[in-house]
Amino acid sequence: MDWIDFLIVVLRVVVVFALLLLVTIINVWAERKVVADFQNRIGPERAGPFGMLQTVADGLKLFFKESIIPARSEVGMFLLAPFLAVIPAFLIFLNIPFGRPITIGDRVIPLQGMDVDVGLLIVLAMSSMAVYAVVIAGWSSGSKYPLLGGVRATAQAISYEAAMGLAMVAVVLFSATQAADAPGGTLSLAELVERQSGTWAGIIPRWNLIPQIVAFVIFFIAAIAETNRAPFDLVEAEQELVGGYFTEYSGMRFAMFFLAEYINIFSMSALTATLFLGGWNGPTWDGVLPVWLSALLPFVWFMIKTYVLVFIFFWIRATLPRLRYDQLMALGWKRLIPGALGWLMLTAVVLGYRRFGLPWS
Amino acid sequence: MPYDVGSLMLLNQFLVLGAALFSIGVYGLLVRRNAVLVLLSVELMLNAVNINLIAFESALVTNAAVGQVFSIFVITVAAAEVGFGLAIILMIFRNRRSANVDELDLMRW
Amino acid sequence: MTVDAWIAEPVNWVFSIVAVVILFTAVRVVTSPNVVHAALYLVAALAGSAVMFLLLSAEFVALVLVLVYIGAVLVLFLFGIMITRAPTGFDEGLSNDRKLVSAAISLVLLGVLSWASLSAFGTDTVNTVGSPTATEILGDAILGRFVIPFEVVSFILLSALIGGITVARRDLTPLEEEERKAV
Repeated sequence: MDWIDFLIVVLRVVVVFALLLLVTIINVWAERKVVADFQNRIGPERAGPFGMLQTVADGLKLFFKESIIPARSEVGMFLLAPFLAVIPAFLIFLNIPFGRPITIGDRVIPLQGMDVDVGLLIVLAMSSMAVYAVVIAGWSSGSKYPLLGGVRATAQAISYEAAMGLAMVAVVLFSATQAADAPGGTLSLAELVERQSGTWAGIIPRWNLIPQIVAFVIFFIAAIAETNRAPFDLVEAEQELVGGYFTEYSGMRFAMFFLAEYINIFSMSALTATLFLGGWNGPTWDGVLPVWLSALLPFVWFMIKTYVLVFIFFWIRATLPRLRYDQLMALGWKRLIPGALGWLMLTAVVLGYRRFGLPWS
Repeated sequence: MPYDVGSLMLLNQFLVLGAALFSIGVYGLLVRRNAVLVLLSVELMLNAVNINLIAFESALVTNAAVGQVFSIFVITVAAAEVGFGLAIILMIFRNRRSANVDELDLMRW
Repeated sequence: MTVDAWIAEPVNWVFSIVAVVILFTAVRVVTSPNVVHAALYLVAALAGSAVMFLLLSAEFVALVLVLVYIGAVLVLFLFGIMITRAPTGFDEGLSNDRKLVSAAISLVLLGVLSWASLSAFGTDTVNTVGSPTATEILGDAILGRFVIPFEVVSFILLSALIGGITVARRDLTPLEEEERKAV
């Protein structure tokens, strides 16, 4: 490994970081515009064209505001929590392939922050780490509403993570039978995307969405709950808990929680697109189009798929009212987890039948 | 990326680390009063066992990765233990308004 | 092997730093006067152990440790701490006054355990293979050779689930029963 390889690795991480920041700035604006349209309002329009610079303006405002540390807070933990919120959100996206590997000379550069064999497990582990930011922020604020938000977050995270993991297992099981040359399962996200390329019967794309539609629905609901978005935003329910875990945060630290939430929305949408919508797969017309355009198209497909899901996030937020706490628990434990388990068993039986035939034959 | 790190790592450096963690866990078990903290100490001891299992697996290299499989079993059983243990602590707390294990001497003879 | 050769290996520096972190945080778990701090120190100790597993090329187990222990079990602990209203501030009454005896017992235990392993394994080294253990090997082992322990473990999990619900469940008073039905 010479210095060029090292430089490429650094460059990949920097590109992911820059992409996330840019996308977050756009997403905050997009959400305000989308929700405004749903509510028959105009939304931000003053700063820049169509109000697109509104986020930058808000960010600058927060940057120059005083960051208050409450007297009864536990200072070290209080300062640590915003970083704990941002880091896992960033690490999730680092694992997601956002374009077809490009070949320059004899080097193949995967467009992915890091390509690990157990990428899916890292993603799952990181999404379960995100709850610590909420709990630590809630507890260290030394105030009752944040603490209540923290307690709610623990129970919610554990319940929905189980459903999410089980839905993922069904997808991994299914994609184990989809490999053209190398049989056996995989936990590498790049490989999972690779296995969704091509079409069935010439027209239907081989996305996991179609055979795994139930897993998709369960996974997406759990993803919304994991990111604490409406209608699962009991952790930060304004009408009940003022602002939940970030009630006591202000200035730059508040902005970091805000940033983490939007990075999480984007990472979760990107992960869903990778697992179910074929990731960066799509027609690239190699040889017809110029080389640079063919290399760019997979990234465009990936962004289109991800933004469709991001739009669904906003759509759900604008449409559904917040769940009550017992409804939240009932949905998680009585609907999603049994549903995911049942779907996993069905997938296993069907795949077993297709591979081995009837057990008594 | 293949890496070869085994050549100069002693088996004993992991075993002694495991032993130290286990002893710290035992200390916590004896000293702590709050039931939740007693459970935390038990977790520390189980983790020490995991380090030993993985280190032995890495020293012996069995063909079925026995040590790693068993550490996964240990993690699973620990998860079950915590779930059930916390349920019991919750019940004790509800009945006695305290989670202090030193006061739980009702069945003492 | 000489001490110099041991020190010269960069991987042993990683080991030493992480081991110091693990031991420090583990000591804080059992001595911290604050329940939440103790739980968070255990998170750090477990994260350090995950790094140790990576050094021993057990990639899958390291991630399972992060996922299950840090991601679920300790979150459950924090939930338990908050719900039992354990004093979340600093509290000297969390430990009893048998510290010296306990320390002596655990030091003796440490001595015995280390003496046993030092005399039994001497300067044996670990043979990490060229790359992380493939997840496939673990899957084959769990669902092949160890399928019965696997079933037993899943049965334990199921019974713990049911047992946990039954133990922690509070019977509703008739009034609450009415309210529940009205909703």
